[in-house]
Amino acid sequence: MPSPTHVSEPAERLAASLMVPATAPAASFPSGRRRLTGAFWCSLALIGLLCLIAIFATQLAPYAPNAQLDIVGLKSQPPSAAHPLGTDQYSRDLLSRMLFGARISLSVAMLAVLLSATVGTAYGLVAGYVGGRIDAVMMRLLDACLAIPRVLLLVAVLALWSPVPLTALILVIGLTGWFEVSRLVRAEVLSVMQREYIVAARGLGASGPGIVWRHVLPNVLNPVIVSATLGVGNVILLEAGLSYLGIGARAPTASWGSIFFDGSDAFQATWWIALFPGLAIIVTVLAFNVFGSALRDALDPHQLAGDRAR
Amino acid sequence: MADPLLTIEKLRTYFYGESGVARAVDGVTFSVGAGETVGLVGESGSGKSVTALSVLRLVRPPGRLEPGSRIVFEGRDLATLSERELRTVRGARIAMVFQEPMTALNPVFTVGEQIAEVVRIHAKASRHDAWQRAVEMLHVVGIPSPAERAKEYPHQLSGGMRQRVVIAMALVMNPALVIADEPTTALDVTIQAQILELLQELQRRFGMSILLITHDLGVVAETVSRVLVMYGGEIVEEAAVKTLFAKAHHPYTEGLLAAMPRLGENRERLRTIPGTVPPPTRWPNGCRFHDRCPYAWERCTSEHPPLYQIGAGHVSRCHLAEEPERRNQPHEPFIMRETSAGVARDAARGARENAAARSARS
Repeated sequence: MPSPTHVSEPAERLAASLMVPATAPAASFPSGRRRLTGAFWCSLALIGLLCLIAIFATQLAPYAPNAQLDIVGLKSQPPSAAHPLGTDQYSRDLLSRMLFGARISLSVAMLAVLLSATVGTAYGLVAGYVGGRIDAVMMRLLDACLAIPRVLLLVAVLALWSPVPLTALILVIGLTGWFEVSRLVRAEVLSVMQREYIVAARGLGASGPGIVWRHVLPNVLNPVIVSATLGVGNVILLEAGLSYLGIGARAPTASWGSIFFDGSDAFQATWWIALFPGLAIIVTVLAFNVFGSALRDALDPHQLAGDRAR
Repeated sequence: MADPLLTIEKLRTYFYGESGVARAVDGVTFSVGAGETVGLVGESGSGKSVTALSVLRLVRPPGRLEPGSRIVFEGRDLATLSERELRTVRGARIAMVFQEPMTALNPVFTVGEQIAEVVRIHAKASRHDAWQRAVEMLHVVGIPSPAERAKEYPHQLSGGMRQRVVIAMALVMNPALVIADEPTTALDVTIQAQILELLQELQRRFGMSILLITHDLGVVAETVSRVLVMYGGEIVEEAAVKTLFAKAHHPYTEGLLAAMPRLGENRERLRTIPGTVPPPTRWPNGCRFHDRCPYAWERCTSEHPPLYQIGAGHVSRCHLAEEPERRNQPHEPFIMRETSAGVARDAARGARENAAARSARS
């Protein structure tokens, strides 16, 4: 067998010559960065644009969203130079309503998703880390929650208010949307817990909460971010659907869903009222979905296997 | 050794599963002296890694340290300490080095942050001081330009570098005992030698004890002074390293030594121990090695051997100590039929015959 004193010197030199160039290219960047495609940047740009529109709706909109400009003269006007997207049956400027609607739709979706991602991550972390009987109880509880159709639950709860305040809408959508996130997180936690660095951290004296915060959470966040991004699109659709059912953001508040609902009654006569919010919803949801998929491709640890395995 | 640093007595770690109780570690007793390097050797499944984890009580449910186990370290019984007290021992007084240097490091933090974290857990150090300490430690374990390397993520380092980082994490609080669980298994041979030498050099420098867990007797021969051989959750032989290599007593140790490749020996195949370690839920009656042992006789199937004293500091859990003449009558082990060795032999024979048939045809 080789004696280390014999081997070490040439081996060290050899290793030194081998190691330095071997690590140099890896030092440039994790391969995740290279995977970001054109679709990623396009969807990101679109989402950024939508956010800017929502933020600066007040400055951008030519009219107030709820102003009835001329009840007789401007009722249900098709798109024209003065009103690029036309007016609705109450003679309100559709472009202005769309711009303000972006504010409501996007903020409801983003805040609700933020809420559900937070609650879901916390729940999944606790269940996965504590394990045992507590985990079993928490998961059965989750199964029970998942057995209730979400829209029915939303309808039942939101029927308590009329009209529904936005905070309640965000809370209710957020608090009914975390079930799947927490399953995802729990599964990730269970897999992360098998990694040696968790045992190593315990072996080096880290406390339970310290391990969860520093070692488990950062390693389960990627799938949460991806699912949250995809979730934004879903919630925009959900909010639109609720508006359509008459229990989302309701008149006169403009959200894309409620404008669509206003226009859908008379689609043949005044097609523009429903068409433009419909298009906005499609484009936004598509942007978030493309962004989410691209993000998943970039962040998915399985696709980084070559990078991480050893 | 006047007062050992670590004394483990009747350590038993059982796992309670659906298929019964797995007695992974079943009554292990040994000690590690201050500044000493002890090797713990065995196949996969022999219980050596669980022993290592048990010392720091890192075994997770359904695994459990059985009552009656004693782990006396620096005058305290770790088996009875509270989790809070244990945390002051883990990483500070006893540290672990793991096998796989990739998974032993958290991929989302830089290596410097990870070493500094250990400092901040155990010492009231400022962020800046902890970082300085981390860089210093990287230098100690022989990483070139440590200040830059500290800012890199584990995946940016080579396997040998990562193992050095893992060692730096273990040693940053200057522990009295380092438990190294297969520290070189995942590394290239040249890097293995470097890491072993690094461990020895650090031991000379800091004077800590090392419990080296490995299946590689070559590693043992180079680094340790005393060897414990584990089989079936028990210590089956303990001896000074020279004694073990010169006159191993237990047939299992003999088998391990015979299975080692040696220079200057022209053997067609490496010798193997037939069979595999039985599952820990069903250890055989009597001697746990009897079904794979070439000397086993009736007594071995019924009577569990105690640790017999063979010489000074040399014990062996084998009835051959009382009936040494039986060593001259080896026979085929009881389970030769469907062993991996048998399968390998058949496969090799098949390949040879195929090759012969092909050459005959052409």
